[in-house]
Amino acid sequence: MTSPPPHSKTIVLTLVVVLSNVIGNFALSRGMRGTTLGSPLGYIQALVNPWVAAGVFLLILWMLSQMALLSLADLSYVLPVTSIGYVLAAVAGRLFLQEQIAPTRWIGVLLIMSGVIIVGRTAHRTTTEPVR
Amino acid sequence: MNWLLVAIIVGATTLKDILQAIAMRRHGEIHDFRPDALGPVLRLLARNRTIIASVVCSAVAFFAFLRLVSTADLSFAVPATAASFVLETILAKYVLKEHVGPARWTGACLVACGVALLSL
Repeated sequence: MTSPPPHSKTIVLTLVVVLSNVIGNFALSRGMRGTTLGSPLGYIQALVNPWVAAGVFLLILWMLSQMALLSLADLSYVLPVTSIGYVLAAVAGRLFLQEQIAPTRWIGVLLIMSGVIIVGRTAHRTTTEPVR
Repeated sequence: MNWLLVAIIVGATTLKDILQAIAMRRHGEIHDFRPDALGPVLRLLARNRTIIASVVCSAVAFFAFLRLVSTADLSFAVPATAASFVLETILAKYVLKEHVGPARWTGACLVACGVALLSL
């Protein structure tokens, strides 16, 4: 099932999916820090926070770009390949938030990267028939 | 209660991804990414029942995750939900009829184990 490298559209969309998810989650958690969600009004008040609003916008972009990626690649290709976002989130935590990363977490990073490389070398689309 | 929430998150996430994959494969490849071409595509997808169902699943997973992390540690929540990688690969093979060879099985299992270790 090994194929030539995926075309540029797949690579660009994968990057958009990964970056919008990682930056969106970061913005959301930054904005929600210290916020209490006691009532429905609390959720609306949280949306006024620029970090939360940016996070929600990026997570909508994440959903739309993942749909576009699924229009040209298999789900069993998209899921492992876009999981590189977990690695980026861990590295960003180490670099920007000075979080300590235990050896077990570095092993996790290596396992995810191995999985991404192995799946990334397979054909991005193996089906042509629409699902009934 | 926590395991029930994990089951809801894994189930809703898996269903969301499968429904999205079905809808997008039926729709066909999006070729034109210019804003004036994307507008009609978005309007079409917003009326698509499969996409609407996937958005509902997404909301269920999101609020169940918020509820889970309000009562359980993130170090419990994230590895428990990593199971969805393997479950979705199984469904991609049997529901979406994708050709999942040894490389994709290996990759999905490595990623699931990696996510579980990463959140320790």
